[in-house]
Amino acid sequence: MDKFETLTGVAAPLPLINVDTDMIIPKQFLKTIKRTGLGKNLFDEMRFDENGAEKPDFVLNKPAYRDAEILVAGENFGCGSSREHAPWAILDFGIRCVIAPSFADIFYNNCFKNGILPVVLPAEQVETLMQDARKGANARMTVDLERQEITASTGEVFPFEIDSFRKHCLLNGLDDIALTLEKASAIEGFESRAAQSRPWV
Amino acid sequence: MTGKTLYDKIWDAHVAHEAEDGTTLLYIDRHLVHEVTSPQAFEGLRMAGRKVHAPDKTIAVPDHNVPTTLERNNGIIDNEESRIQVEALDTNAREFGVHYYPVSDIRQGIVHIVGPEQGWTLPGMTVVCGDSHTATHGAFGALAHGIGTSEVEHVLATQTLIQTKSKNMKVEITGTLAPGVTAKDITLSIIGKTGTAGGTGYVIEYCGEAIRSLSMEGRMTVCNMAIEGGARAGLVAPDQTTFDYVKGRPHAPKGAQWEAAMEWWKTLHSDDDAQWDKVITLRGEDIAPVVTWGTSPEDVLPITGRVPEPGSFGGGKIEAAQRSLDYMGLTPGTPLSEIEIDTVFIGSCTNGRIEDLRAAAAILKGKKIKDGLRAMVVPGSGLVRAQAEEEGIADIFKDAGFEWRLAGCSMCLAMNPDQLAPGERCAATSNRNFEGRQGKGGRTHLMSPAMAAAAAVTGRLTDVREMM
Ligand code: SF4
Repeated sequence: MDKFETLTGVAAPLPLINVDTDMIIPKQFLKTIKRTGLGKNLFDEMRFDENGAEKPDFVLNKPAYRDAEILVAGENFGCGSSREHAPWAILDFGIRCVIAPSFADIFYNNCFKNGILPVVLPAEQVETLMQDARKGANARMTVDLERQEITASTGEVFPFEIDSFRKHCLLNGLDDIALTLEKASAIEGFESRAAQSRPWV
Repeated sequence: MTGKTLYDKIWDAHVAHEAEDGTTLLYIDRHLVHEVTSPQAFEGLRMAGRKVHAPDKTIAVPDHNVPTTLERNNGIIDNEESRIQVEALDTNAREFGVHYYPVSDIRQGIVHIVGPEQGWTLPGMTVVCGDSHTATHGAFGALAHGIGTSEVEHVLATQTLIQTKSKNMKVEITGTLAPGVTAKDITLSIIGKTGTAGGTGYVIEYCGEAIRSLSMEGRMTVCNMAIEGGARAGLVAPDQTTFDYVKGRPHAPKGAQWEAAMEWWKTLHSDDDAQWDKVITLRGEDIAPVVTWGTSPEDVLPITGRVPEPGSFGGGKIEAAQRSLDYMGLTPGTPLSEIEIDTVFIGSCTNGRIEDLRAAAAILKGKKIKDGLRAMVVPGSGLVRAQAEEEGIADIFKDAGFEWRLAGCSMCLAMNPDQLAPGERCAATSNRNFEGRQGKGGRTHLMSPAMAAAAAVTGRLTDVREMM
């Protein structure tokens, strides 16, 4: 997993609530057995028409946002299925930070496993950033994970909260599994206690 | 000391390690695996030279992608990508030595139906699967939730998950349900009330008389859709109904172990003085047979209602509702019972169990589906299918004009060839009505199996109470 320290880039506004995982990556693209290559189908049904041609109105098809690295969206972003293909597609497209008033639980978790930073901010602040993002390629935001701040193109600063363990893993690009395996003796200890207390499991 | 909730008790019994900041390694008792969200996880293990930590607690079954037509019995999956995924599961299951029900096994079916059916899911367990509807298993008083593929790999490698604790929410359904009202109506009505994000950050415990009187099948339907309400998991405290269902299943404990298990299971309920972060109460008598009108599971109304005006909502929902109605091709003010449908789908992990099929068959008995309608029943597992055939239910469906399919997820998410065409309108017993969920441009109305059966007969959304 790549580290996430700071990121300065164009932010794309997607002012929709309840953006679900079927919108982010429709199921016909879940048949892959790889993690990469999904970016071209990110938001497929909103981005392309029946013939596969780009819909010019969709935000990521507009010249200003084709290289967006940040997404600003409405509440409950990522609701729906557990498919990690959703963050894989977002990452593969080149987006490494999503800002919204709230996220669906599983999607939020999945982001951290892939080096994507999901930032939760109060709705009014997201709205301010949404306005900023609407300015297009001229408006670049900076996300600083260490300082837990987003700086809008206007210079206005928005501090955000994040779980310290997740921050640590993201800053250092740490692999969860390796970290957990360091606690193998705790796991084995639990297993031998459980074998006594709940032998039927 | 204040009392504990059921969630607190299960959580406490599974903490393998707790860091100072509260980050917990939660031990996982059962890990269910299917073909769509696992290939990358197994590949990750292989690349790191890791093993499956507890193959005996890992159960694999293909369901999302498998065809459900009878030709499947010839062992052929036409779609190449689907075939590759199913073959990858086959290889991974055998190579890593986990329990496995291949497509050819009569016990194959939707992972959330197979787990309980085989007695893998037991009260007080932690159960995870790379699938959001893992919440289903909460019906047994098991802490069960969906995880992403990286977490699948983490559980395979360590049998634990890195977790932070959720808050406790109590959803109480008092009283009794009116005739024609089912578990599906309960769960949809709750989401209609709380919204799809209402449960975010919570584990829900469903309680109250109306929940207690539900069968295990009904409780599974309720918990199944906890995720549509945004919750991490849903729970129902185990009771005699639970124990009766579990007893004698292939992987349920036996003899002295059963007695020991029962002793613990009987302690698995929230204490009277437990603290709740949020409480929601619905009167069972107030719940009507409902349908969804939009493209979010919170877009729920009684069948006696009308398509709403987007302007009647507040905040960001106005735009979302307008977008939904455009997509669904509906005009505000239209009575829901006048909406004509093209297709009926009965199945999925929400409503693909034997009791669901019985409820639909009770409405269909001696009737035919509307001319020109497409209707299919996809039993949740090979065993449900066999039982329905034995009970004569399969014949009722076939005589009525339904296709009688093999087990799988099928048109619930349309990864296999069972899909809606653009604009095609479907009465479905599944759990998601998102845009494109059942096929690009397809229009989904969620409802109970009995309501779907009624719609099949009239060709429009129908109040099942008119047919009872
Ligand atoms: S039936 Fe539908 S919701 Fe259930 S596991 Fe299959 S695809 Fe998911």
